[in-house]
Amino acid sequence: MAKENFLTSSIGKKLVVGLTGLFLISFLVVHVGINSTILLNDNGETFNTAAHFMSHNWVIRVMEIGLLLGIIAHIFMTLKLHFENKSKRPVGYAVIDGKANSKWYSRSMTLLGTLLLIFLVIHMADFWLHTKKALYITHENENSYLEVKEAMQNPLLLVIYIAGFFSLGFHLLHGFPSAFQTLGLNHKKYTPIIKAAGTAFSIIVPGLFAAIAVALFFGLV
Amino acid sequence: MEHTTINLTLKVWRQKNASDKGSFQTYNVKGISTEMSFLEMFDVLNEQLIAEGKDEPIAFDHDCREGICGMCSMYINGRPHGPWHGTTTCQLHMRAFKDGETVVVEPWRARAFPVIRDLVVDRRAFDRIIQAGGYISVNTGNAVDANAIPINKKDADNAFAAASCIGCGACVAACKNSSAMLFVSAKVSQLALLPQGGPERQTRVLDMVAQMDKEGFGSCTNTGACEAECPKEISLENIARLNREFTAASLASEE
Repeated sequence: MAKENFLTSSIGKKLVVGLTGLFLISFLVVHVGINSTILLNDNGETFNTAAHFMSHNWVIRVMEIGLLLGIIAHIFMTLKLHFENKSKRPVGYAVIDGKANSKWYSRSMTLLGTLLLIFLVIHMADFWLHTKKALYITHENENSYLEVKEAMQNPLLLVIYIAGFFSLGFHLLHGFPSAFQTLGLNHKKYTPIIKAAGTAFSIIVPGLFAAIAVALFFGLV
Repeated sequence: MEHTTINLTLKVWRQKNASDKGSFQTYNVKGISTEMSFLEMFDVLNEQLIAEGKDEPIAFDHDCREGICGMCSMYINGRPHGPWHGTTTCQLHMRAFKDGETVVVEPWRARAFPVIRDLVVDRRAFDRIIQAGGYISVNTGNAVDANAIPINKKDADNAFAAASCIGCGACVAACKNSSAMLFVSAKVSQLALLPQGGPERQTRVLDMVAQMDKEGFGSCTNTGACEAECPKEISLENIARLNREFTAASLASEE
């Protein structure tokens, strides 16, 4: 039989989603790590040093392009899979008892991902654009800590951010262990560890982001 | 268990043929023994329909009626093979339902499993996937001595567990993506785990996955619905194995 193209095969497409997902997870580790320095309560000194390093280091600049490509590949492939998979059942069921056999968030990854994307656009407009403007156009020495603190005084933004972190948490709760399954890593001894690590990650990372946002809003840091 | 009888309202999908639009029809069945199987309850309903002479009997797939042939295929109250875990429709007993309950019965829904009539769907897509590579090409001759080729216990157990797949299609029916990966992974695994499957290991997985994609099944998103609904409790570990086998074979392939 003629060989199928790996990247257009059902399993190849899954693999792209899984690998880019894991790459985006690695970015979250860096992001939450740097943001958490705000909680040191040193008037943003450590945070500003870290932010300055991130925006002035060429390795990070290159990584940023990789990150953008990773996000685009992840979104493109998941949307493609979503619509392809939808088309595989032209006549639906009258009754579906979804909760009997799977978790709601595992069935709602496209919805959670779309909410995350909306959050991401708002988030980028708030901070990323500002940083780029300061870096390349106005050449001012920006105080990232004060910017974040100021933005977080807006209660509407706080609500949007908390909603974004909930979406992130549930997206990760399925996505983290699912990526390993897609890579073919399912093992009696290690899969329970991966699942536990995934659950911990899905609570700790969005939890830290939320804690920072709330602390800034109430002026605790 | 105490023997009681129950009355039920059934909403059954009726469709004259593949091109008919189809609709739900409501039927009442009375005095159903809780010790009957779900299919026996349908036999009672069909006898009732024949006696009344108003409606054609309902077409549904069945053969062995002891949970091993994989023919029965009803989507009952939103779940393939109904509410019991690890059970085919023929082994689902009426004690699973309450007196007066309304039960909705639909055929498997998937583009790759078109409805032929009423609750009967065309599952030949599975046969074509098996024909693409789910076998060993050599003549095995007479049964050889059981210990001629040593196989470790773990692999033998896993291969046997995968081989218990009866190909009923509940995995496809349960999956929100209509993915056939649990079925294909079981059929790939049962041979990949054993030495006899070794020589064709790579071509087999490439050919079977290519046929699966051609038949119009969706991609797995790891919701786990297939594993939860599989009457033979085929494990998701098989899908991980399929992913590994396919990725390795694709990378190693010279084509």
